[in-house]
Amino acid sequence: MVIDLDRCTGCEACVVACRVENNIPAVGPEEAAKGRSINWIRVERYVEGEYPDVKVKFMPVLCQHCEEAPCEPVCPVYATYRTDEGLNAQVYNRCVGTRYCANNCPYTVRFFNFFDPKWDAPLEKALNPEVSIRPRGVMEKCTFCIQRIRKGEEKAKDEEREVRDGDVVPACVQTCETKAMYFGNLADPTSEVSKLSKSNRAMRLLEDLGTKPRVIYLNKGD
Amino acid sequence: MKDLQPNSNSETITADLLRPLSKPGLGWYTTVTISGLLVLLAAVALGYQFTKGLGVWGINRPVFWALDITNFVFWIGISHAGTLISAILRVTGAEWRRPVTRCAEAITVFALMIGALFPIIHLGRPQFFYWLVPYPNERGLWPNFRSPLAWDFFAINTYLLGSIIYLYLPLIPDLALLRDKSSGLFRRVYGALCLGWRGTQLQWDRLERAVRAMAVIIIPVAVSVHTIVSWDFAMTIRPMWHSTMFGPYFVAGAIFSGIAALILAMAVIRRVFHLENYLRPVHFNNLGLLLLTMSLIWFYFTFAEYLTSWYGNEPEEMAVFRSKVSGVYAPLFWGTVVCCFAIPAPLLAIKRFRTIKGTMVASVLVVIGMWFERFLIIVPTLTQPKFTFNWGSYTPTWVELSLTAGTFGYFVLLYSIFSRLFPIIAIWEYKEGLPLGEHGEQTVVGVPDAELESV
Repeated sequence: MVIDLDRCTGCEACVVACRVENNIPAVGPEEAAKGRSINWIRVERYVEGEYPDVKVKFMPVLCQHCEEAPCEPVCPVYATYRTDEGLNAQVYNRCVGTRYCANNCPYTVRFFNFFDPKWDAPLEKALNPEVSIRPRGVMEKCTFCIQRIRKGEEKAKDEEREVRDGDVVPACVQTCETKAMYFGNLADPTSEVSKLSKSNRAMRLLEDLGTKPRVIYLNKGD
Repeated sequence: MKDLQPNSNSETITADLLRPLSKPGLGWYTTVTISGLLVLLAAVALGYQFTKGLGVWGINRPVFWALDITNFVFWIGISHAGTLISAILRVTGAEWRRPVTRCAEAITVFALMIGALFPIIHLGRPQFFYWLVPYPNERGLWPNFRSPLAWDFFAINTYLLGSIIYLYLPLIPDLALLRDKSSGLFRRVYGALCLGWRGTQLQWDRLERAVRAMAVIIIPVAVSVHTIVSWDFAMTIRPMWHSTMFGPYFVAGAIFSGIAALILAMAVIRRVFHLENYLRPVHFNNLGLLLLTMSLIWFYFTFAEYLTSWYGNEPEEMAVFRSKVSGVYAPLFWGTVVCCFAIPAPLLAIKRFRTIKGTMVASVLVVIGMWFERFLIIVPTLTQPKFTFNWGSYTPTWVELSLTAGTFGYFVLLYSIFSRLFPIIAIWEYKEGLPLGEHGEQTVVGVPDAELESV
């Protein structure tokens, strides 16, 4: 995935799209104030400088699907692991809820279900049938909309070709008003994300940790 | 300092040390009632937590661990009392250990049982804790042996099993004594537990060999356990967790708090069961010196840890460092330094204050200080993740506080019941140390116990 920070307006449409697509429970304002809200993607806001000379920066942060993910080795039951495609997967059924993965994630993008999931009526009627509901006590996080990846793969298979750009569009990318987000196959050198990742504006979050994130940010770095 | 004259009449010793089993006294009943109520409170809190979910705790994102892991590390730390005192003193043949060993070994087992509860009850889905057990299942799933939590599982189980054996072995001759002195159901139970002990020379030889072997084995096991507990933190990439010296730092802190717990337990036992002739000022003096040593070592480690963080001046480290030293956790941090070093070290260094009362005061402070030290290792790091946008805070709820109070209640309760069923001072080991006595079989009257006092 590639996110162009220079195009991000911080509208948080991606956050809403993700919630709807991935059946993310609403914890309510009180629990959210305690830090229990779940947002697989969030827009971090940073204000630089002193008034009146201020600059507000927005940074959408989601699971970076690191190649060397710190969350993976610490899980005692292999509930989080790397798939053959290079996704960082979270197996809800296997998770016992030690929350160790969340403690070792430098990006703080892992979420815990503190209570049974619930939705205010009539939201519970709008759940996505393709995404499982996570029970209380397990960790969850961005999956890169794995249900859409599978669909795209199947479509490509039906048409007897390789997956190409546009086959898979995660909810956040689909919704982004300013087209600040791109999704594709980084392993395919001809894909748009591959080309963008070679831009001289490209950077990765906390690169010095050596986690090798698969989310690439574009930033002119003024 | 005038010391009490130790008893050396075999019959009197047996009668004295078995008295708690028949006539526990009012103090015992009071203790059991209060601690029982605390356990009840914790049980209610735990039931509530299991029904509603972990949201009833104060944990949140980013503070995913808090009092649960604090209590875990703290109690595993307390469990190091038994190992150090009993095993090391046995291996080195320190004579004054004799009335102390069993008090210490029992602490190990009970503290470990309590500490080991937390990795289970803190799980999001505690009903599946057994998934950490490497058992062959139909899906061919194994635990992740790369995870420090899996290491924990093995380390704690090994230590628990080892320390139960280490408590049990020296209990056998006393169990035989109890069998001979009791009747009915108790006689049958004690009889089964003492494994047909008859006190033959061959049995004594074997027992002593086994105890010696276990004493040697249990020391590296204990060191490894708290090292592995520390690696739960040190293996991560979080500021002020990712530290190479966490292993020895945790082990030193564990032994430190363990000795303090032992001194407190001994002082209570001494008073409640009227064992003033057995747990004498000399024992408190010697343990006080050990506590002083550990206090100095603890301070040295803490100083080294914080100095390197400060000097390195990395922004992420400094955020955590500042929150502890001058920020929101400063009262707790400096309170810990006062409790673990500033008061106990001078108190224990001055011979005049190294009395039973003096060591008790120091021990209470150390136990409190070490609990907060564990808290301060865990929470400040978690409140401050790399991206400042996600910084958080933590306030415990009544559920976590009740569970914490319950651990202390549970420990006291288990210990009280143990001391009611088994002699809390090893009768044979005590008698074995008497001059001229041979396994306490011969009656020795009025011999001053000069050897014990001179240590």
